[in-house]
Amino acid sequence: MSTATAPHPASAANADLPVLEINNLAVSYRSNNDFQRVVHNVSLQVRPGEIVALVGESGSGKTTTAQAVIGLLAENGRLESGAIRLNGTDIAGWSEKRLDTIRGSKISLIPQDPTGSLNPVKTIGTQVAEVFQIHRRGTRAEIEAGVIDLLARVGLSQPELRARQYPHELSGGMRQRVLIAIAVAMRPALIIADEPTSALDVTVQQRILDLIDGLREEYGTAVLLVTHDLGVAADRADHLVVLKGGRVQEQGPTAEILASPRSDYTRKLLADAPSLAKAQRVKRAGPRPAPEGGHAIVVEDLVQDFPLDRGRRGAFRAVDGISFKVARGTTHAVVGESGSGKTTTARSVVGFQKPTSGRILVDGVDVTTLRGEALRQFRRTIQLVYQNPFASLDPLQTIYQIIEEPLLNFDPLPREERARKIHAILDRVRLPQSVLTRRPRTLSGGQRQRVALARALVLEPQVLVLDEAVSALDVTVQAQILGLLDELQQALGLTYLFISHDLAVVRQISDTVSVLYNGRQVDSGTVEDVFLRPGSPYTRELIGAIAGQRNLPMMNTSNHFVGTGQ
Amino acid sequence: MSRYVIGRIGQAVIVLWAAFTASFILLQALPGDAILIKFLNPELGLGPEQIAEIRASYGADIPLWAQYLHTVSNFLSGDFGYSVQAGVPVGDLLLASLPSTLWLATLGFLLALVVAISLSVASALLPLSWLRSSIQSLPSLFVATPVFWLGILLIQIFSFQLKLVPVISPGPWEGFVLPVLTLAIPISAPLAQVLMRNIDNVMTEPFVAVARAKGASRSWVLWKHVAKNALLPTMTIGGILFGELLAGAVVTEAVFGLNGIGGLTQRSVGHQDIAVLQALVVFSAAAFVLINLVVDLLYPVFDPRLRSREGAVA
Repeated sequence: MSTATAPHPASAANADLPVLEINNLAVSYRSNNDFQRVVHNVSLQVRPGEIVALVGESGSGKTTTAQAVIGLLAENGRLESGAIRLNGTDIAGWSEKRLDTIRGSKISLIPQDPTGSLNPVKTIGTQVAEVFQIHRRGTRAEIEAGVIDLLARVGLSQPELRARQYPHELSGGMRQRVLIAIAVAMRPALIIADEPTSALDVTVQQRILDLIDGLREEYGTAVLLVTHDLGVAADRADHLVVLKGGRVQEQGPTAEILASPRSDYTRKLLADAPSLAKAQRVKRAGPRPAPEGGHAIVVEDLVQDFPLDRGRRGAFRAVDGISFKVARGTTHAVVGESGSGKTTTARSVVGFQKPTSGRILVDGVDVTTLRGEALRQFRRTIQLVYQNPFASLDPLQTIYQIIEEPLLNFDPLPREERARKIHAILDRVRLPQSVLTRRPRTLSGGQRQRVALARALVLEPQVLVLDEAVSALDVTVQAQILGLLDELQQALGLTYLFISHDLAVVRQISDTVSVLYNGRQVDSGTVEDVFLRPGSPYTRELIGAIAGQRNLPMMNTSNHFVGTGQ
Repeated sequence: MSRYVIGRIGQAVIVLWAAFTASFILLQALPGDAILIKFLNPELGLGPEQIAEIRASYGADIPLWAQYLHTVSNFLSGDFGYSVQAGVPVGDLLLASLPSTLWLATLGFLLALVVAISLSVASALLPLSWLRSSIQSLPSLFVATPVFWLGILLIQIFSFQLKLVPVISPGPWEGFVLPVLTLAIPISAPLAQVLMRNIDNVMTEPFVAVARAKGASRSWVLWKHVAKNALLPTMTIGGILFGELLAGAVVTEAVFGLNGIGGLTQRSVGHQDIAVLQALVVFSAAAFVLINLVVDLLYPVFDPRLRSREGAVA
């Protein structure tokens, strides 16, 4: 089925005419009859076959800019001024009806979240076919054949079967392939990829980006890549556009910006991006103190089974024989992708579930034998900080109440004593006392994660289990929280168990590491050993998948940059 | 799947038994009874011995637990006892009231569904935002309208002013027009509210943005993507509302003088006709249980995620 004119790879002749040209774009959102401008005078160009990355943190206006291009601003959004030229035609003032004729055919979208982006009650095949039906391309039989073709083209095995399946029967990576198939179906001139891999595991992320790259080369499609991940942008984009607060900070060829960033903000972004920095530690006063007090955590041959269908179909082994030791005052990272068993391990260590077999000693106490009141008292020694600072704080409580609650659960302290502790811990996590009367909703992501840390630390625990504690944060905020964690560890002698999927972050903060794959421990040892001499092919793949290695310029002389050791 | 169905039917039986037992205890705990109300009338001139004889003939003098067992076994064999007031089998009373209620409930519910869906579609698709918001405020108005007032108002307008529907001895279908309207309007309100909320929620889902990015218009998105997803959670509330209608629209039937389950309930309460009330409670419970069972079994038909549990683990 030929749905569009033959694609041209980027040639010198048509490279002059940009596929997309944005001139002085301004976008506002209405809140209470008041228009607030979130994108100011953004101008950029995307040429045929080129990947331009729109880089910025949350609130930078990168997604709003992308939504404006495809005419899908939120209901309260308004295009204030500026031109959006698609192949020379200004579409900024077009009606919805007119935009419908080019959406899907000339411009298409690869969305961020592959889970929510497919209709759960329709088959994959129907959803891919829909784009042809909307634009009335081909007969029924042609469309059916075209769908199977596309599914095969984006690398899905058994495309006929996939077409009959529903989204929940596919993995995240497979769903993203389906969404890519939809985006490239009509061979559009421009694809907007809005954080296309942020929700995926690193190794899957790599394959999806390769796929987008391959299709772009084959079809000559231009890509506007929206991403918060400077590493991904550095690897994939020809041009970078750095946004902050709705304004372009700087733009230009990727290699140039990486080699000599002109704006302070870009420099900061580059320094904070863990994947680019390859820093050993964020800030390190000196070498680790030799472990004196023995081991804070000892895990021996941990096995965790979950019964399938109430035990009728046997059991699923989530964790299969994991062992590690964490010296007091150090950080041990447990790394793996979704389904690797890392969160299960964390929950067992905190005592939320009884392991099927194995031993877990925390501060010399065998967690697996604790029950009832003893288990409750044990929680004073070990505290958990969750991934999502938005969901882990009760929206109805004030910050004071949130931090006070753990104190109320243990020894009854006089009110003044509690207040003193709360004020002190707030200073520790570097939050102003003024936040105490506020509610989580009014705080930023970074501030919320500091509150979550304060709540965990107010009981003065020995061990903190950090479950993806910085994964939901922007890179600059992430760098600040990692710095704070390091500082707290030095000051309070804390032991961290750091659960993460992000090897780059792990490398920054950990002393030792266990790599999990399908519930098995495939590598372990000091961070240096594992990174420089990975024992398993899986670990090698993980390290290879860290974004930001391709264009990594050997330009930076700042002392915390070290070689990659390859 | 069949395990699931058997389990659900088992639950339904337990609910029915619990409703039966609870209503039996409550009805026995009521002060006074139907026999005293009917036969203690001074005009009948019955002496205490004669009343005691009558009580014995109805089985009112045997111990409660024996009455309970007796009633259970009678119910199981389809014998719902005798109405003290009407002097006929309860089963006959129920059968006589059922058709009118069934028609009223079914037609009222269907009309309510049509009203709710039209309002929701209009509120999702109309181009002007002030029109949309005024439509969105209609359900609150509907739900706040008292049924007796609405019924009287409709009779005033359609029967007395416009003379469209006769009040006295209407034809078999004409007689249903106004009661169905009276029932449908308040019932449509919660349906429309839930439906509008669900449509709004589904409209913010990422897959709607993806469909828009494919070039789909708002109405295409509404019908092909949003409708099914938004109807799913509405089924539960729809089932509850339909069950309430089957249990009898007491006020509507009273206003329009219809002889349905609602009217029967009203009269039996007035006369403390325990045998009839017991049967009515069991009937209503059975209606609710059956409707919920149907709704639960329909969910997997509409939502593929509920069809197999295999995928959830992998």
